[in-house]
Amino acid sequence: MALKVLRAGILSTLQDLGRWGCQRFGVPVSGVMDEVSHRLANLLVGNDENEATVEMTLVGPGFALTRDALIAVCGADFGSRVNGERLPRARPVLVRAGSTLDFGPCRRGCRAYLAVAGGFAVAPVLGSRSTYLRGAFGGWHGRALKRGDLLPTGEADATLYPDLQRKLGERRASVVYPAWSVAERVELLAPGPYLIRFVPGRHWDAFPSQARSRFVGSDYRIGSNSDRQGYRLSGPLLLPETPIEVISGGVTFGTIQVPPDGEPIVLMANRQTTGGYPRLGEVAGVDLPLLAQLPPGAPVRFQPVELATAQALLNERERDLARTREGIAVQLRR
Amino acid sequence: MSDCLDILPLGDRALVIEVAQTVSEAAIDRVRGFAERVMRARLPGVREVVPAFCSLTVHYDPVALRGAGPPFDTLRARLMTLLSERNEAGRPPGKTVEIPVCYGGDYGEDLGELALAHELAPARLIELHTAPTYFVGMLGFAPGFPYLAGLDERLITPRRATPRSRVPAGSVAIGGEHTGIYPLESPGGWHLLGRTPLTLFRVQRDPPSLLQAGDRVRLVPIAPEEFERRLGEDAGA
Repeated sequence: MALKVLRAGILSTLQDLGRWGCQRFGVPVSGVMDEVSHRLANLLVGNDENEATVEMTLVGPGFALTRDALIAVCGADFGSRVNGERLPRARPVLVRAGSTLDFGPCRRGCRAYLAVAGGFAVAPVLGSRSTYLRGAFGGWHGRALKRGDLLPTGEADATLYPDLQRKLGERRASVVYPAWSVAERVELLAPGPYLIRFVPGRHWDAFPSQARSRFVGSDYRIGSNSDRQGYRLSGPLLLPETPIEVISGGVTFGTIQVPPDGEPIVLMANRQTTGGYPRLGEVAGVDLPLLAQLPPGAPVRFQPVELATAQALLNERERDLARTREGIAVQLRR
Repeated sequence: MSDCLDILPLGDRALVIEVAQTVSEAAIDRVRGFAERVMRARLPGVREVVPAFCSLTVHYDPVALRGAGPPFDTLRARLMTLLSERNEAGRPPGKTVEIPVCYGGDYGEDLGELALAHELAPARLIELHTAPTYFVGMLGFAPGFPYLAGLDERLITPRRATPRSRVPAGSVAIGGEHTGIYPLESPGGWHLLGRTPLTLFRVQRDPPSLLQAGDRVRLVPIAPEEFERRLGEDAGA
């Protein structure tokens, strides 16, 4: 099966859970920005969670399917349509060959993930199918999708969702899906400011207490020049009394660094592997998927948490995902 | 117990082992040794390590380490035990790599200007630049980009005020107190002294980067004819 790209969208790339094991060679991890939506989409179509999905941004792509396909879309609402009809999110959808999928401008959030049963049949580079745009390798030829691309998918298990398969066969309908769905993120329904938890880090105490209070007490906005590499934060500048000496070293997804101009930057999926700027701390892992869904202009407020709390939250999230996985496993056989 | 070891969190999915407060060959070597030991130990939950000048970053999965106490504490304790074991005698030093460099002219646009700024004849600048045995402090900024420690202090130069949008692949440059080599064409703010014909990074190679943290590097000046002849040479081949 292949997905023919009819429209590219603003930035649509193949991503998986990242290119691990090569940061010591200067190779960024890349990978999905919203890990939870990506994993749910894969689970819904019976894929391994590390299969590549299409990550779409702000305005989504359009595809034509060359064969029948089992798909799922999770994340922001892109007003998705299949053959002009509404394509529901967060559930498995069986689509007939020749159908078109349309992902338009998004509302409430800015990224979504399209998973196809069997994944995408592209060779991994350095162990991953994530796209590293700057280095032009990985994913789909190291670049964003373009009109005319033909994305091959892997072998799918045709016995998944036998009830849906049967319905697709019986009816003249080109799309079938169940009434159930997995839970969607509710915070995006509220107008904000969005609370982002972080663990104060290496140079937190090196900033004057006034600057620290300002950071946790103010609303920042995601800057317009924010992208997969980093989110710039517009708001009160954070300036130490004397320049903070930093010896360059490793950074991570969610590191909040402060360059000399005082404007904090949150490092995201495509960040460089090392950095030399002072680090205020790191965004809690559980809040990265939310941050990844906030577009330029969105208001955020930072809240310090204990490291133990942040790690307990990650553990709790995995337990929730495990329960969802079990629930889907039952449905897959129905 | 290892002295001068500080293990601090880098958020909830990574930590940093700090071995020193100033850059030195000894610190770089120590980090490299720790990196090898941690990788060899295959501790549960550890995903990868990133060596740098004075520190080793360990990326891990806290969910894999859940148990009696916070995952950070559990991993920190295991690392302290692992790294306090007496260092095996005769651990080999990092490999030494010779990197041919064609200096000046079209190969190094900033050489003349830099020589003027430092009040040196260009030939003398090249001498000073190729004299040391450099240490690779870390790879970062781009795949395969080495930060080399050991630059003669007479050549220390703050980065350019305006970066270039395009630096040719293989460019050998000075930025602050480091020498670096751009493996691929990219934007860059360092001062370009020359170019190497070697390929520093290739995804199909294993490991993909020619250099690793802790390696020693000697820069060897070559003439343009040799550069052209060796262009694209894979140093591993």
